[in-house]
Amino acid sequence: MQYGEKSLLRFTTTGSVDDGKSTLIGRLLYETKAIYDDQYAAIERTSKRKGFKEVDLAYLLDGLAAEREQGITIDVAYRYFETPKRKFIIADTPGHVQYTRNMVTGASKADCAIILIDARNGVLTQSKRHGFIISLLQIPHLIVAINKMDLVGYAEDVFNRIVEEYENYSQKLDIHDIVYIPVSALKGDNVVGKSQKMSWYDGTTLLRYLENIHITADRNLVDFRFPVQYVIRPHLNFRGFAGKIVSGTITPGEEVVILPSGNSTSIKSVVTCDGDLPEAFSPQSVVLSLTDEFDVSRGDMIVRKKNLPQIEKCLEAMICWMDEKAMTMTTPYIMKHTTKSVKAYITKIVYKIDVDTLHRKPAGTFLFNEIGRVEISTSAPIFFDSYKVNHATGSFILIDPLTNNTVAAGMIRDAARHIEDYVDNKSGDSDKLRKSRHTIRHGLNIPLIDREKQNGHKAAVLWFTGLSGSGKSTIASDLEKRLFNLNCKAVLLDGDNIRNGLCSDLGFSPEDRKENIRRAGEIAKIFFEQGNIVLCTFISPFRQDRKLARSMFTKGRFIEIHVHCDIDECRRRDPNGLYKKAQAGLIKDFTGLSSPYEAPSMPELFIDTESLSLRKCVDMLEEFLISNSIIPSRNIFK
Amino acid sequence: MSSFTLSFLKQLESESIHIMREVAAEFKNPVMLYSAGKDSSVMVRLAQKAFYPGKFPFPLMHIDTGYKFPEMYKFREKFCQTIGARLIVERNEEWIAKGCHPLKEGVDKCCGYLKTEALLDALRKYGFDAAFGGARREEEKSRAKERVFSLRDSLGQWDPKNQRPELWDIYNTRINEGETMRIFPLSNWTERDIWEYIKLEQIPIVPIYFALKRDVIIRDGILIPVSSDSTDDDKNVKRMLCRFRSLGCIPCTGAIASKAETIDEIIDEVRTAKKSERENRVIDLTSDSSMEQKKKEGYF
Repeated sequence: MQYGEKSLLRFTTTGSVDDGKSTLIGRLLYETKAIYDDQYAAIERTSKRKGFKEVDLAYLLDGLAAEREQGITIDVAYRYFETPKRKFIIADTPGHVQYTRNMVTGASKADCAIILIDARNGVLTQSKRHGFIISLLQIPHLIVAINKMDLVGYAEDVFNRIVEEYENYSQKLDIHDIVYIPVSALKGDNVVGKSQKMSWYDGTTLLRYLENIHITADRNLVDFRFPVQYVIRPHLNFRGFAGKIVSGTITPGEEVVILPSGNSTSIKSVVTCDGDLPEAFSPQSVVLSLTDEFDVSRGDMIVRKKNLPQIEKCLEAMICWMDEKAMTMTTPYIMKHTTKSVKAYITKIVYKIDVDTLHRKPAGTFLFNEIGRVEISTSAPIFFDSYKVNHATGSFILIDPLTNNTVAAGMIRDAARHIEDYVDNKSGDSDKLRKSRHTIRHGLNIPLIDREKQNGHKAAVLWFTGLSGSGKSTIASDLEKRLFNLNCKAVLLDGDNIRNGLCSDLGFSPEDRKENIRRAGEIAKIFFEQGNIVLCTFISPFRQDRKLARSMFTKGRFIEIHVHCDIDECRRRDPNGLYKKAQAGLIKDFTGLSSPYEAPSMPELFIDTESLSLRKCVDMLEEFLISNSIIPSRNIFK
Repeated sequence: MSSFTLSFLKQLESESIHIMREVAAEFKNPVMLYSAGKDSSVMVRLAQKAFYPGKFPFPLMHIDTGYKFPEMYKFREKFCQTIGARLIVERNEEWIAKGCHPLKEGVDKCCGYLKTEALLDALRKYGFDAAFGGARREEEKSRAKERVFSLRDSLGQWDPKNQRPELWDIYNTRINEGETMRIFPLSNWTERDIWEYIKLEQIPIVPIYFALKRDVIIRDGILIPVSSDSTDDDKNVKRMLCRFRSLGCIPCTGAIASKAETIDEIIDEVRTAKKSERENRVIDLTSDSSMEQKKKEGYF
């Protein structure tokens, strides 16, 4: 294999004090010939000065004077070695007090982690903590190296006991690939060469395993994400956007969208110093030139038109607090996410996690090395995926605006959502109406969020209320067409149609009106749950009834629109001749004439159809949907 | 090998380019420290790649002690002219005039005046808030602890016990008034990577990296090249086939016995080397923590 063709594996090592981690790394480096004679001589000198009989390979790893003096590791150290197959970068992290901060630093870029366990001591709290952090950071592969097997007589049952105990614990974690290897770093058993003393172990040696872990599959090559780092304009005829493809692949000609502007264009060329590329993929650093001239700057993200990240200002994330100054909810932290920096407030602590027990507990702040789940509000929308599917667009750091210290590492779970938004919000009224008490409500087969992701917009209910003839149906039909043309999933529930079919058994008494609205709400809910934007046009004159309909939906997703028009004008319009009939006494309980209309006091939108053109009304609605992030900005659809 | 796999040299290249672009985007006035050595040559090539088809948006700066090899000065001038880079040369003229020399002032003091002080003065003089350095973690044990983005206080000092956590590829580039940042885009490169890349990219390097018969003095097991200002007696001078594995100031840079006359031969030598790259650097050998001490004071 050509040198340059070797693959690269980054791994992190961690363990408790005295578990022989340094010896293990020393062994790996020594046996792969990565320790030079003069370096060996230097640690020999140090070992002698300290009065040790044997050369302690740990001194090779302790790069700082304070570490060698105190015999402890202070910070992450990086080591390099290679075998004929692979190049390796080790991020060696200390396992003591400051372990969280250091481990997270060392592990953030790792493909694989090694946790060392001293066979004599078994699974310690520390070993569990390390496992938790590996799970939190979603390192795809974990090796549990059970060390010092020589000191337990290479006993299989000791190994099995530890495996069983760790296996029990790790079931609570989110790690998919765990292997257990019995080793003696000191004697070299199963590190590089296969142990003669543990014939009962039929797995591979540590190095062999490291050489063969398949890591290509761990990369996200599906979701093309290109955070713009820097704009390159060498002359008037070239404008390119420099950055790293953090995930996915791209080829010239593909249609892309620029976030946040929503402008769509296509890739003209993928430029590098070594020539234009026919295809580029993560983690290449390239320059993209686009077919159209748009304003694109650092912090923007170029993505595929049909594969958008989430665009939100409120997120939920796991954070590790790394600063001695405790977290506060009043500090405007700076969030650096991809190439974008925004102001961010922590708005809620969902829970703090007790790393030893994995129990969640309420908390008012985070102290140094504490981990938990929070909600964060940012000053501008960020473009993200959940950390689980995309480390590059799901991770961020928080910076203290005063000290400029990096105070937290964050892993985004999702947009912030509140449980009350998703649990059925049953009002007493609807409960009283239930006659079939023994039916069970099934959960959604496909979660709403997945449908929304596929649709590229959120689901919502637009509830048009107003007098007969005020223009509800006209506006809603026009809006439905517009949304349809924008590729949105929209359905129209027209009050008249519902009354002609589903509700043909109902009249216009207050009770029947109420039932009419309840049924309409329930249908709207079904469509809503399928990800639609549901346009409901119902006179719905009673506040109480509209409130009932509203209570069926997630906060922010029920949009009440008061379509207003003076009764005289409605009477003049009288599109269906109803006013005439009512006046002739053919219809009783006619809203506005013989039955009251209770106008909404706080509708989400008020539309005056007397002063506005139809087009203006529909424009207003579209703008409202965009500004409330129900649908994305128009350009994205182009 | 699948088409979506990037060889590790290309991965290192991409990582370095990403780092350089972050610096260009987030700092007001960056500079790239340039020593004319092999690592500098690679770093400059990466900078050219990072901003292609534009030019890299920062000058190169050489902190000159006056003790560099003549071949290095010659190479520096030609190299910078060829690539059209802006080169700043800064020297601590005061101490150079005083005849500062490692054998007089001692290695640590000489380095302190001619390199560290000169560097810190130059950063202040031009108001540079960020300086790229070609240091690699593999080179030396305190460098193994260095961040890619390494904060220096207003006196240019490194506090190894209090480094910012560095997570994923998200670099905290924020500094307070007076502080500066050192950035090491070659952090994860090894000596062998450097040579393999020089070969792959056909990067020009100073010819003294290749073996040649040279007059040297053997001091503490290190082959020190003879030059006009050497204070040793002629009787110790030996003529040997040797090359320089890393380059520094003449009085403190040893040669190694070597027959490597081509890049391939150098790669072969590096691959099987029994000694580390900086074995010939007198400045590292004054104590177990000489590099750490120098770095704390503001050294490269």
